[in-house]
Amino acid sequence: MLYLKLFLTFLKIGIFTFGGGYAMISLIENEVVEKQHWLTPEQFTDILAVSQTTPGPIGINTATYVGYTATLDAGYGGFGAVLGAFLASFAVILLPFLLMLVVVRFLSAHRDNPMVTVVFKALRVTVLGLIAAAALSLLTEESFGVPGWNKRFVVSCAIFAMVFILSVLPKKKYFFNSPITLLLAAGLLGLLVYV
Amino acid sequence: MVKYCSLFYCFLKIGGFTLGGGYAMVPLMEREFVTRRGWLTTDEFLDAISLAQSMPGVFAVNMATQVGYRLRGVSGSIVAVVGNILLPVLFILALAMFFRTFRDNHYVNAIFLGLRPAVVALIAAPVFTLARRMHLTWRTVWIPILAAALIWLLGVSPILVILIAAVAGFAWGKFHSPSDLSDKSDKSDKSDPQ
Repeated sequence: MLYLKLFLTFLKIGIFTFGGGYAMISLIENEVVEKQHWLTPEQFTDILAVSQTTPGPIGINTATYVGYTATLDAGYGGFGAVLGAFLASFAVILLPFLLMLVVVRFLSAHRDNPMVTVVFKALRVTVLGLIAAAALSLLTEESFGVPGWNKRFVVSCAIFAMVFILSVLPKKKYFFNSPITLLLAAGLLGLLVYV
Repeated sequence: MVKYCSLFYCFLKIGGFTLGGGYAMVPLMEREFVTRRGWLTTDEFLDAISLAQSMPGVFAVNMATQVGYRLRGVSGSIVAVVGNILLPVLFILALAMFFRTFRDNHYVNAIFLGLRPAVVALIAAPVFTLARRMHLTWRTVWIPILAAALIWLLGVSPILVILIAAVAGFAWGKFHSPSDLSDKSDKSDKSDPQ
């Protein structure tokens, strides 16, 4: 039964996803392309590209796409395929969601415990380093272009500086320094400069 | 009490603008939860990030689960999670239905060449705004720098770094009196200038 197989596979992918999307790519590829043959390697590359260019975490993007494609290719029809997409997306978040609920319930019951307070105090400072590392790891040629006096790199640096300064400097929050406004502006700028 | 619909709308917005995954939505979440709506304090927000990062599952969904639970219990967390993934799921579904191959679109590529550096800047910015609000001192500033260096330069897993920090924090609390620790940051603020 394809639905059951989809459900179990994405249940497994969901619980083994640690540390965000990119860590799980090889796991998804192994399950979806090599074991189950639900996608061809080309389709998998497509979905990676799409995940970077559409909203949503890569784990959920893949689940939705595979759920639709696999059931459609197996001849379940349009409605059955939409059902497959929802089922796979549901499966991929189910176990982490339940686990998270248990942990959050436990922690809110023990919030005043001094040891919990101390541990989180240490974690808060560390998380800043985690975010910094995420930003540093994105300082690549893929994000900015090849360093040098060329259009792509200069425009990228200008966009980076604009977004960074507008996000960091004003203490007040206006509509023009909202992340949404800044993303829309950067996308529009890309459209104007590169097309 | 926070209404379900404002919870749902808030996460719908965050989900719709999650580009480049995970940390790229930290500034938007911070703006929504901490600054605009006052659902969390800065400390609570950072706690939620460290927990979301160290548990299995998708970062954004883990954040939604925690914030939803804190505001409206289990039903709140379901509302937040559904709101968070609804737009991404519908978007991919539409793509899968209408464009079975959708690579190499010239316009989409151009937009994303502009978006990528913006996403990097959006991830970098909260490091500074959060550090400013946490009152980091010379006694604590080495911790995030060390964490970033371990992950970025040495390729240590972020989960391992969080575990080490948790154990170190636990050990620190074990060998000092908890009351001494509960206002550690305030004390170092006052004692540094002397």
